[in-house]
Formats: sequence, structure tokens, C-alpha cells
Amino acid sequence: MLRFVVRRLLQLIPILLGLSVLLFAWLRALPGGPAQAALGERATPEAIARYNELFGLDQPLYVQYLRFLGRAVQLDFGNSARTGRPVTEEFLERMPGTIELTLFAMVFAIGVGIPLGYLAARRHGSWLDSASVIGSLLGVAIPVFFLAYLLRLLFAVELGWLPGSGRQEVRIDATRITNFYVLDGLLTREWDAAWDAFTHLVLPGIALGTIPLAIIVRITRASVLDVVNEDYVRTANAKGLATSTVRRRHVIRNALLPVATTIGLQTGLLLSGAVLTESVFAFGGVGSAIFDAIFARDFAVLQGFILILAVVYVLVNLLVDISYGLLDPRVRVR
Amino acid sequence: MTAIGDVRRRRIDELAARAGQVPEGEGGVSLTKSAFRRLRRNPVAITGAVIVVVFLVVAAFAPLLAPRDPLAQTLLGEIRPGFIPGAREGFPLGADELGRDLLSRLIVGSRQSLLIGVVSTVLGVVVGMALGVLAGAFGGWVDTVVMRFIDIILSIPSLLMAISISVLLGQNQWSLVIAIAVTQVPVFARLLRGSMLAQRGSDYVLASQALGIKRSRIVFGHVLPNSLSPLIVQATLSLATAIIEAAALSFLGLGDPDLARPEWGAMLSNAQDFLSVRPELAIYPALCIIVVALGFTLLGESLREALDPKFRR
Repeated sequence: MLRFVVRRLLQLIPILLGLSVLLFAWLRALPGGPAQAALGERATPEAIARYNELFGLDQPLYVQYLRFLGRAVQLDFGNSARTGRPVTEEFLERMPGTIELTLFAMVFAIGVGIPLGYLAARRHGSWLDSASVIGSLLGVAIPVFFLAYLLRLLFAVELGWLPGSGRQEVRIDATRITNFYVLDGLLTREWDAAWDAFTHLVLPGIALGTIPLAIIVRITRASVLDVVNEDYVRTANAKGLATSTVRRRHVIRNALLPVATTIGLQTGLLLSGAVLTESVFAFGGVGSAIFDAIFARDFAVLQGFILILAVVYVLVNLLVDISYGLLDPRVRVR
Repeated sequence: MTAIGDVRRRRIDELAARAGQVPEGEGGVSLTKSAFRRLRRNPVAITGAVIVVVFLVVAAFAPLLAPRDPLAQTLLGEIRPGFIPGAREGFPLGADELGRDLLSRLIVGSRQSLLIGVVSTVLGVVVGMALGVLAGAFGGWVDTVVMRFIDIILSIPSLLMAISISVLLGQNQWSLVIAIAVTQVPVFARLLRGSMLAQRGSDYVLASQALGIKRSRIVFGHVLPNSLSPLIVQATLSLATAIIEAAALSFLGLGDPDLARPEWGAMLSNAQDFLSVRPELAIYPALCIIVVALGFTLLGESLREALDPKFRR
């Protein structure tokens, strides 16, 4: 097992290096180059020349790259052109919101998806089965920002049941410890602040959760259908085990293996920025920061955020791989 | 090259081509034939195919089908803050926020949306196939280099990848197409490499190699055609994602800025500002996107079932 983990970690190195080359090249290739990217579109030629000298952009490319890499390792991605603050600082401030939102969305997707997929498979061919299949097809076909707008219009604007933007009411003067608003509320015993932050998660969380939900339903259903026809299930039934025992010990346990992988991969995907959903709800996480950066042409933020998010994504995928190795011994051999 | 050699090669070619198939004759049917037979009997496949064909026909004949000029602001005079004219005689779906006929815009918009989806998917397939064949046919260090490159592309989540590319290439139709295509490339490259590797040790490839047939001929004449079916399935499914992704990029302000070309994604994003005034402005383009995506998905899924030997009866 240790060898498996070490090997996977070593495989990560060329990928991370390649990633850094790619994003380094990206900023160079932008019209106007990094100086314009940092100073904005209205920078004077003198300012650009001074910037180039200051940051060593007149040096050979490989020197520039090594410098970029050196700074990236220390999590220094320069300053935002819009706010002037360090990119890393902005990222750390916004990431907790995205993590909270991802957790909510995944709990929703798993909590609804696995039971639904399991029931659909148990009643294979029933109306519930057909409905879940159609629903999961629709869930993937709906543009997520449209769904987000619909939910917001219906439940926030028309009915007014739930808040439709931001992470917390402005009038609530909550104490910040970790920037996880719900957690902060619980830690400081400001229950109303925690509850308010939680209600702000509901609508974007549901919108964000629909795609993983659709995928989880599909995979669970297919996987349960596969497992039910396995020899060991027939054996277990034949030797007279109670149906519930067979289901619990043999069917569900084995069927959840591929589901676990899917859950891991989807979590990685959501963590890497729900740009569309977050911007509809002006959520103030990493995703809406990227949205703002696109419109403001704030390239330092785009480069830094995308690089960090890609690393997060790669690491989550690695964790999924390793946990799959733990769950299924057959994977380790290969 | 002697004549005898030619005959023998042709015969081997024939044998090799048949290796992946059930022999034809009284009992067996070729994979393609039986796949088509099963497709025809599958209501899901029919539904998907009908949807896709209808939209393709509409897109092809859009200028003839559209009842009005999609750019003419005919009802502009009636628009006031908080009011956009709804359905009426001559305007079956009403007007948009600039007084243009919504139905005509939807019909003409199908062209642009389908075109972006199809072109970007084709581009993704072609580049992905080239990389996959390169990796699968040569193996060794070529394989390692290509697959590491693919891994690097895959390490950036696809929407972020598409965003970076469209920001880089500027705002136009082609950058949109390229941005979506790049996110598709890794899928096809991996798929093709995998299925080529799987066939590498198969008897017919060994036989061809033993006979001294050139590698290019084995790859392009035998292995590649036998690897195509998963590729076709994936391409059909990818069309759906490409169309949805194009809408998402439009929403992020990275779509085609040319207003003379109506497009569903752009219509949908523009309509968000008028959602409480006239939700139909968003709902109709969204429905078009959903139905087309669903059509391609249904078709793709049933193709997968039809082409998978596991499901053969």
C-alpha cells in the first residue's frame, strides 16, 4: 500500500511542473503580456517598461519561469489588479465559502442520490426507476446557471423563503474566526449567525448539487443492478441468509465502490470553483471571484486561482485514487 | 512486390478485418448490422434520433423556416421598463427585450448553437484521435510523453480550462470553438489509446505483424476501424456537453460578440436580466438547449448499448 501511495505521489511531480509551465506560458501569451495584465489596459508604455525591469521580465524566459516557479512554491502569485491585494490572501479568504458550499451540495447529492439510485435498482422497471433515469438525464442536460436562476427567482424573489444572494445577511455582525461562516457561528455560539449562513447555502447548494446528484443516481442504480446478478449474491441467497443481510453485507457494500469514486471526483470538481452557480447567487466564494476576474480582466487573480484550484483538484483526485486502493485491494496490484 | 504477395496480403487483410466480428452467413450478423437492428427496435434511440434530426433540419433550413427577420426590432416601440410584448398574432412566442421576434431568433439561433457544438466536437475528436493513435501505436516514450501531456490538460477542470483559453484567444466565435474542443481532446485521446492498447496483443494484430505488414497499415487498416465504436458513442455524448458548455461560456461573457448571429447561449444569458418581467425569454432558449442535449444523450446512450457486445442477443 505504501509503495502504491509513494508511486502516485511521484507521478504527481511532472503533472504539477507541466501545470506551472502551462499557466506561466498562458500569462506570457496574453495580449500585452504580464505587465499589461498586472497594470491594466490603460498602462502607459513607461509604466510597462518599468514594471518589466522591476519584475525581471527583460530576462531570458527560463530565468523568468524559474522565478515564477520559485514564487509559486511560496504561494506568491502577485497582486490583484483590481484590489491591489495579494492573490493568495484573496484566495484564502474566499476558499472557505466554496468548501462550505461544496459540502452542502455533496451532502444533498449523496443523501438523495444513493437512496434514490438504490430504490430505482430494487424496483427495476417500475415508474420510480424510469423517473429516476429520466431525472438523471435531465439533471445533466440543464445548464446549471439556468437552474440556479430559476431556483433563485422562485424561492428567493417570488416566494421569499430563502435568501438569494451572498453568504450572510449584512446586518448580522458576526465574529470571524475561520471564515467558514457556519462554523464560526457555531464556535462563537452566535446561533442566529450560523443559521443565517446555513440558509444562504441552501439554494446555491441545491443548484450545484444537481449534476453530482444525477450522476450518483445513475452510477448507484447501474452498480446495484450489476451486483445483484453476481454469483456471490446468489450464493448468499442460496445458503439461506436473510434478505436484509444479503442486501446490507453483500449488495450495498460492493455496489458502493464505484459510487465512492464518483463522489470523490465530483467533490474535486465542485471544489475547483462553482463559477456559474456562485456568480448567479453572488456567493462570494472562489467561483464568483473568478467570474469577477474575467470581467475585470484581472489576470493575476485568474492565473493564481486557476493554478491553486488545479492543484487542489489534482490532490483530491489523488486522494480518491488512494482511497480506492484502500477500498478495493485489486487496484493496488496494477 | 510480387503478384503472389499482393494476393496473400489481401487475404490477410480480409481475415484481419473479420477478426473483431462474428462471421457473416446464416447464423451470424455483422456487428454493425445487428447494432442497427437493435437501434431500430429501441424507443429511446428513436426518440433521440428524431430530436436530433428535427433540430438539424431546422438549423439547415433556418432562414427559410424563420417567419421573420431575427434582427428586425419590429416591436421596439411597445417596450417599456417592466413590459415586453408577449405572444400575439404573427409573433407566436412574443418579442425579446429589443422587440425582435423570439421564434425566429430561436430558429436561426439553432444554427449557431449546433454549429459551435458540432465543430468543436469534431475538432476535439480529430486532435484527440491523432494523439491517441500516436500513443497507442508507438507505445514506449511517445506514449509516455503524450499521456503525460493529456494528464496535464486533465488536471485543470474543464470549465476553468475553457475560460483560460477564451480569455487568451479573445472574444470571438473561433476562440469559443477551440476552448470547448480542447476540453474534449483528452477524453478522445485516452479512449482511443485504451482501445488500441487492448487490441495490441490480439491474434489478428500478431498475425499481421508476423506477416511483415507495415505498422501504418495495421494501425490504419485494422486497429483503428475496430476502435471506432466507443469513439462514436463518446462523440455523440460530447455533442451534448459541448452545447451546454458553449451556453456556459456565453453566460460568462466569453461567447460570440457578433450580435448579427443569434445564439441560444447568448439569448439565455441576456434574458436573465428580464427574468421577472418575461421568464419565457430565458425558458425557450433553455428548453432548446436542454432538448437538444437530451437528444444527443439519448442517442449516444442507446448507441453504446447497441454497439456493446455484452448486450447482444
